[in-house]
Amino acid sequence: MNKTINQKAWFFVIPVFVLVAFNAIIPLMTVVNYAFQETFGNNVFMWEGTRWFKQIMLSERFHASLGRQFLFTFIILFIQIPLGIAIALTMPKEGIGVPICLVLMSMPLLIPWNVVGAMWNIFALPDIGFLGYSLNALGFDYNFTQQIGDAWFTTILMDVWHWTSLVVLLSYAGLQSIQPAYYQAAEIDGASRWAVFTKIELPKMKKVLTIAILLRFMDSFMIYTEPFVLTGGGPGNATAFLSIDLVKMALGQFDLGPAAAMSLIYFFIVLLVCWVFYTLMMRNEGNQ
Amino acid sequence: MKKAKWLVPTIYIIFLMLPIYWLLNMSFKTTTEIINTYTLWPREFTLENYKTIFTDSTWYTGYLNSIYYVVMNTVISVAAALPAAYAFSRYKFLGDKHLFFWLLTNRMAPPAVFALPFFQFYSSVNLFDTHVAVALSHCLFNIPLAVWILEGFMSAVPKELDETAYVDGYSFWRFFFKIFIPTITAGIGITMFFCFMFSWVELLLAKTLTAVAAKPIAATMTRTASTSGYELGLLAAAGSLTIIPGAIVIYFVRNYIAKGFALGRV
Repeated sequence: MNKTINQKAWFFVIPVFVLVAFNAIIPLMTVVNYAFQETFGNNVFMWEGTRWFKQIMLSERFHASLGRQFLFTFIILFIQIPLGIAIALTMPKEGIGVPICLVLMSMPLLIPWNVVGAMWNIFALPDIGFLGYSLNALGFDYNFTQQIGDAWFTTILMDVWHWTSLVVLLSYAGLQSIQPAYYQAAEIDGASRWAVFTKIELPKMKKVLTIAILLRFMDSFMIYTEPFVLTGGGPGNATAFLSIDLVKMALGQFDLGPAAAMSLIYFFIVLLVCWVFYTLMMRNEGNQ
Repeated sequence: MKKAKWLVPTIYIIFLMLPIYWLLNMSFKTTTEIINTYTLWPREFTLENYKTIFTDSTWYTGYLNSIYYVVMNTVISVAAALPAAYAFSRYKFLGDKHLFFWLLTNRMAPPAVFALPFFQFYSSVNLFDTHVAVALSHCLFNIPLAVWILEGFMSAVPKELDETAYVDGYSFWRFFFKIFIPTITAGIGITMFFCFMFSWVELLLAKTLTAVAAKPIAATMTRTASTSGYELGLLAAAGSLTIIPGAIVIYFVRNYIAKGFALGRV
């Protein structure tokens, strides 16, 4: 669409700008403030320069939680994106099945995050939970509060349960926008199912899939509540992802300086990845 | 191959429903049954847990608090986002692209980063433990989202609509409220759905910014889980009840969900 140049449009944006700035800029300045100073309370501050940043960048604790975070996010993306596409491809395209699938699949998305954690906790308990009890009955030695592998397995399964539907819904919407003429042409040409998928469906889903990957990256990278309720970051620190570690440092130990420095580094990583995605996405839009 | 197609979504839906069933199952059991035995359905069916929640004010006010700030946030977000989304979809202005990206970065910001500064900031302006504080803090991610979705819907409306209205002598505001908003009702519905959803499920900020007066239901549950140990039945009942508002909202927007996602703006 051709947009006209109109500087007065800023007046329309002012309410949004003020509200978001109120929430984003002022608190972020507080974080920056803490990141460069040492405080003993009572508003007494001493300049520390980049000491906290160096401390965080060199600390093994930060490396460990960052490593866990990336591993978790990659596993999540690796499972949820293909699974979501597969389910969207097999979903009914018309009839009564459509609203049933959509409503039931959206359910997990609307459950408060700590209820998701609590629900999975109850579901996975080895003695009274369906999942835990069944696995133990089948001969697996399963206990997510004690064993690191089980804790990871449960956290990942929970996230797959919680968020795969988002990928499904996005992919499904992408598929719905394909004109039937494309499929008819493919049928006339005698294209295989695989060819239809790679040559027609996948390119048409490119845009929604970019958004799905972007959203899943962002949200899994800032995951906090669900694993906090499910495992509390344990056993030990095995499932203490970045946000959990950060809140522990800031609100638990009140190490404000290092926590603030870590916040900024954390935010910067997210921003960097998202900027790359955003640029790619906008370039795609430009091509269309 | 064709016949087995329904199998994949069916298995997936069963997988989705299992933990929810388990939660419901637990909520109808007595505490002794939960602790002592493993049962696939409640043997001694009881509504005691639900009764406690509806009669104990520490429980049911949690629901009222949550609904109160979620509705407040949805209204603020959509009202502020409407003109802004219009500006982004129709005009070019100084810094528009940067502003749009800056808005999106707030959707990307990890709430954990903001927990501590928000606590201090809202305390210093005397808003701590109020519904307004939670509603405003959720604007951080809901306003960018609302602008993003609405902008997608508005860009799909041809510009000729605006021009025809001006030729017919409509003033801008009259056009905006009488013609433009009715044409994007579906978009506004979708936007409200997502604002509601993200405000309803968020807990970290809501918990940080409240103590007693505006405490959300989800935070009340966390307290029960940690302090009084094994009140699992009560916890399950409270959890089951938090699913209901979401289910109602989904039912109302079911026909629009796919359309909303189709614009790829969520």
